[in-house]
Amino acid sequence: MQTAEQTLNEILTLAAAHFKVPREKLSPDDDFFKALGIDSLQTLDLLTKLENHFHVELPDYELQGVSDFRTLAGKIQVRL
Amino acid sequence: MLEIRQYTCLGAALRDALDRFPSEICLIEAERDREKLRLTYSDFKEIALPLARALEDADFDPNDRAAIIMTNQSKWLISAYAIFYCGGVVVPLDYKLSAAEHLQLLAHSKAKVLIVEYHLWRAIMQAPEFHNITTKIVLVTEAPLGADLAGAFRWEDFKRKGAPDFIMRQKDDVACIVYSSGTGGRPKGCVLTHENYLEQCLSLTAWYPFWPGVRYLSILPTNHAIDFMVGFVGPFVCGACVVHLRTLRPEFVRDAFVRYRITYVALVPMIVKNLERGLRAKFDELPSWKRSFLNSMIAINRLLTKRRPNVKLSRMLLPNIHRGFGGELLALITGGAFMEPSTMQFFYDLGVPVVNGYGLTEAGTALTLNDLKPFRADTVGKPLPGVEIRILNPDEDGVGEVAVRSKTVMSHYLDDPELTLETIVDGWLLTGDLGRFEKHGHLQLFGRKKNMIVTEGGKNIYPEDIETVFDGLPVKEYAIYAANFIWPKKELGGEKLVLVLRLEQNQTFDSRLLEDISARNRRLPDFKRVAGYLIWEKDFPRTASMKIKRQALAEEIAQVAQHPPVVTL
Repeated sequence: MQTAEQTLNEILTLAAAHFKVPREKLSPDDDFFKALGIDSLQTLDLLTKLENHFHVELPDYELQGVSDFRTLAGKIQVRL
Repeated sequence: MLEIRQYTCLGAALRDALDRFPSEICLIEAERDREKLRLTYSDFKEIALPLARALEDADFDPNDRAAIIMTNQSKWLISAYAIFYCGGVVVPLDYKLSAAEHLQLLAHSKAKVLIVEYHLWRAIMQAPEFHNITTKIVLVTEAPLGADLAGAFRWEDFKRKGAPDFIMRQKDDVACIVYSSGTGGRPKGCVLTHENYLEQCLSLTAWYPFWPGVRYLSILPTNHAIDFMVGFVGPFVCGACVVHLRTLRPEFVRDAFVRYRITYVALVPMIVKNLERGLRAKFDELPSWKRSFLNSMIAINRLLTKRRPNVKLSRMLLPNIHRGFGGELLALITGGAFMEPSTMQFFYDLGVPVVNGYGLTEAGTALTLNDLKPFRADTVGKPLPGVEIRILNPDEDGVGEVAVRSKTVMSHYLDDPELTLETIVDGWLLTGDLGRFEKHGHLQLFGRKKNMIVTEGGKNIYPEDIETVFDGLPVKEYAIYAANFIWPKKELGGEKLVLVLRLEQNQTFDSRLLEDISARNRRLPDFKRVAGYLIWEKDFPRTASMKIKRQALAEEIAQVAQHPPVVTL
């Protein structure tokens, strides 16, 4: 099974590619709304991409109150 | 449709609807692309009455209050009906609030019963304030077997055999207490009567009727006035069907239009813009000849529907677009926040009528609505039947505060006679919104008189409510404002919050302070965040009791800083 750090890195890479932001501009503790310039619906889009990549299913409510990549990675990691 | 005028309360109207349309489908619930539930009106009754009986047996009495904290789903509506059946008062709470805010509003509303989804109850149980909870009975939906519910009951098991007693209410009895906002210092609980809802139902269905076979896609939260009316009361009294989709993922929302051949949907601007973005991206991918053909058909449709919509014609001209919306969509209803006219025009040109309206929790679902005769993207429509609107103290452009008198206007704010007196004056509700009537009798909105913003997601945010997050910030003093309140502009859209800071003497604004502010800001849900800050060089004016004189400070700032010198966070 992959480590939490690997999961986090993959999320950052996927998010950067999906929203066309340079990967080096994203850090684990960044607020993804601000770093990616997205709204909550686009965040749900990102979540779908991540679900498909990691083969997990996260209910929408799991994202409530989550705004940084590290916490998001934690939510995915426990389901791997 | 039932003859609404004969009823004195929502419970009786809904009860008769269940008997009148027993075999019609009233609810469909889907989890992503998987359908979970399909109920007829008869099935709905069979599930709701044992719950009503169990509530009565648990001493839930007429006039007692029951709060509901749930995402859009069948159990929301079943629970609300059971509460009305017992003569109770429904307190719909926004599921997106924090656990601490839920507890605060539960205490303020004095709800005797709470009906809540498991994941939300889990968050409430973990809140430090949980030990103060005063709610006597808690029913938790969808809890895993064996989960620790801290004394709460499983909703699915909370039922009793035997017919419950139906409790008739009168028109001026309270039906719901709906919080328009104010979770910080001063909760604003709008006390709405049965008459408020029955009148609203009458006027709305007169312009946009439902009938058996109509399918309404319920996406706006049901605690919101719009969905409560057009995603529950309205369709039910007409024998129509409500479709609940338990996700807001754009791809599943798009899929639901087709799968369930949706007739109506109400959306906040953020979702409509997302749909627009998706469609525009698809158009851009088309080969140039196809794109040119599409543009021509859109232009023809625009020309032929200039005076009024013609959905059948639009479906023939633009079949692929309409198939993408399920082929039976009659209107896309928007409300709850400012919608850019260009977005509305985009959909109208495709033959998807966009019904724009204006309402506020204090006055029911909608006060004005576009009648599409013709479509007007630049207004919020005309007053609905029974709604009187006046523009107070109009300026040279005819713009003034919008005041409303209607049987849909709330009775009062819960436990706040002072605020009620300020808000309802001689029978007129002062909305705090600025507007004017144009020559065809359409209302146009231009901004707000009050210090608040409405987000694209339809959330009302009062700056005072989020200031506590900045408590202890190492500065002399601070205040949060709606930018438009300090620098009024005669337009809506792009509303932002600004943090005004007064530093200590000799203090400089350094990176540590910026990081502190940013970290606190991140603790707020994204839609409540402050967009920027402003350093103010003078002490804030204060009252004798040391409260900030907000209006005076805003005027001082506006005088000195004509152009907002706000630094983006």
